[in-house]
Amino acid sequence: MIEVQHISKKFGDRVVLNDVSMTFIQGNTNLVIGGSGNGKTVLMKCMIGLLEVDQGNILYDQRNFTVMDFKERKPVRQEIGMVFQGGALFDSMDVEENVIFPMSMFTSWSDAEKVERANFCLQKVNLPNANRLKISELSGGMRKRVAIARAIALKPKYLFCDEPNSGLDPKTSHVIDELLKEITDEFQITTIINTHDMNSVVEIGERIFFINKGQKAWEGSLDDVLQTDNQELNDFIFSSKLMKGLRK
Amino acid sequence: MFKLLAQVGKYSLFMKGLFAKPEKFSVYLRQTALEMATMAWGSIGIVALISSFLGAVVAIQSAYNLSNPFVPISAVAWVTRDSMILEFASTIICLVLAGKIGSSIASELGTMRVTEQIDALEIMGINSSGYLVLPKIVAALLVFPILVIISMFLGIAGGYIGCITAGVMTSADFRKGVIEDFIPFNVTFSLIKTVLYAFAITSVSSYQGYYTDGGALEVGRSSTKAVVYSCTLILVLDYITTQLLLA
Repeated sequence: MIEVQHISKKFGDRVVLNDVSMTFIQGNTNLVIGGSGNGKTVLMKCMIGLLEVDQGNILYDQRNFTVMDFKERKPVRQEIGMVFQGGALFDSMDVEENVIFPMSMFTSWSDAEKVERANFCLQKVNLPNANRLKISELSGGMRKRVAIARAIALKPKYLFCDEPNSGLDPKTSHVIDELLKEITDEFQITTIINTHDMNSVVEIGERIFFINKGQKAWEGSLDDVLQTDNQELNDFIFSSKLMKGLRK
Repeated sequence: MFKLLAQVGKYSLFMKGLFAKPEKFSVYLRQTALEMATMAWGSIGIVALISSFLGAVVAIQSAYNLSNPFVPISAVAWVTRDSMILEFASTIICLVLAGKIGSSIASELGTMRVTEQIDALEIMGINSSGYLVLPKIVAALLVFPILVIISMFLGIAGGYIGCITAGVMTSADFRKGVIEDFIPFNVTFSLIKTVLYAFAITSVSSYQGYYTDGGALEVGRSSTKAVVYSCTLILVLDYITTQLLLA
C-alpha cells in the first residue's frame, strides 16, 4: 500500500500540487486521471522521488519515503517498477539485455538464472522470441511491453505507469491494459497508472482518482465514476461523443 | 558571475556524486572496458592520420625556416621531436579528441536524459551519474595517454618520411637529430597534460550532457557547449601546466 499524505509541490510561484492525499491499495489497479497539465506526472515523479515534495509525506507500506536520503531510498526503489511514457529503454542494449539489466545490478543470480527470468518476463508480455532485437527495431507497442517486462524483472511490489497507452492504436492499448491488470492480479502489486484514456478507465480501473488543477477533486470506483455528479469530472470523462453515448 | 559560480558549484557536486560506492563493481568494470574499447578503436584512425601529417608538415616547415649555416640540419629532427612530444601530440590531439569524444559523450548522455533513460536508472536505485560517467572518465584517463604516445611516434615517423621524400635531409641525419639532447621529462610532462585534458574533456562533456533539459535542439546545444568548454579548458590547462612545470 502507498499512502500520499497532504503533499504539495510548487515550481517557482506556480502551485502544481496542492494538499493532495491518496491511498493506493495493494493488488488494485489504481488509475490517476485528469487533463494534461493538471499535475498527474508531477504527482508520480514526487512519489518515485524524481522530484522532491515541498510538503507532506509519501509512505510505502509505512516507510516514509520523503524523509529518506538517496542511500536509504535504494531498497525501496528496488521494489519499484516503472513504465515510462516513451518506454525509456536503453538503446545501447538489445531487448534481453534491457530486461536483464536490473538483475545484473542488484542480484547475484547466475547468467542462466538471469536469462531464465528474462525469458519468463518476456513470455509474460507476449514477446517470446524478441530477445535479440535491438530497441530501434521495436514498434511502439513492443517498446511498452519490453518496458513492462523490465519493470517486473525484479518482482516489484509497486508498479508505476505513466501514460502506458499514449501513441498506441486501440487494439494495442487494450493488450497493454489487460497485461497490466493481469500482472497486478497475479503478483498482487500496488499498481498506479496515470492516464487520460477513458477506455483504460472502463476496462481496468478499480480505484480511480481524479486530479484537477493540482488537487484531488474526486476518488471512487468504476461504478461511481460513471454516475458521479461531480461537474468537473463529468466534463472530463464525458467530453467525447462515445462516452456521452455510453452514459445514455 | 553568480551564474558562473552556481555552475562551478553544480559541477563540483556532480563530480562528488560520481565517486559514491558502485552498486556492482563488476558491472562498472565491464562498462569501463567497453568505453575503453570504443574510445580507442574509434579514435586511433583520426589520431594516426593527424599525427603523421602534423609531423611531416612540422619537419618540412622547420627545414624551410632553418637557413642558418651554423645550425646543423639534424636540428630539424629534434625540433620535430620536441614539437610533437611537448605540444602537438598532447594538446592538438586532445583538442581533436574533445571534438570527437566530447561531443559524443554529451550527445549520448543528453539523449539519455531527454528520453528518460537516466530517470529510469535513478528509479531503479542506481547512481546514474556514477554508472554512466565514472567509466567514461576512467576509460579516458587510461586510453588518452596511449593515444598520445602513439601520436608521438607517428608524428616523428611522419616527420622522417616527410624529410626523406622532400629530400631535406638524409635518413642518418634525421636519426641523429631525433636522439640528440633528448629530455625524458618532456614525455612525462606531455603525459601529465594528457591526463588533465582527459579528465577535463570527459567530465565537462558528461556534465553538459547529463544536465540537458528539453529536446533534440538542447541535445545539440549541449554537444556544442561540451566541445567549446573542453577546448577552452584544454588551452587554459596547457598554459598553466607549462608555466608550472617548464617555466
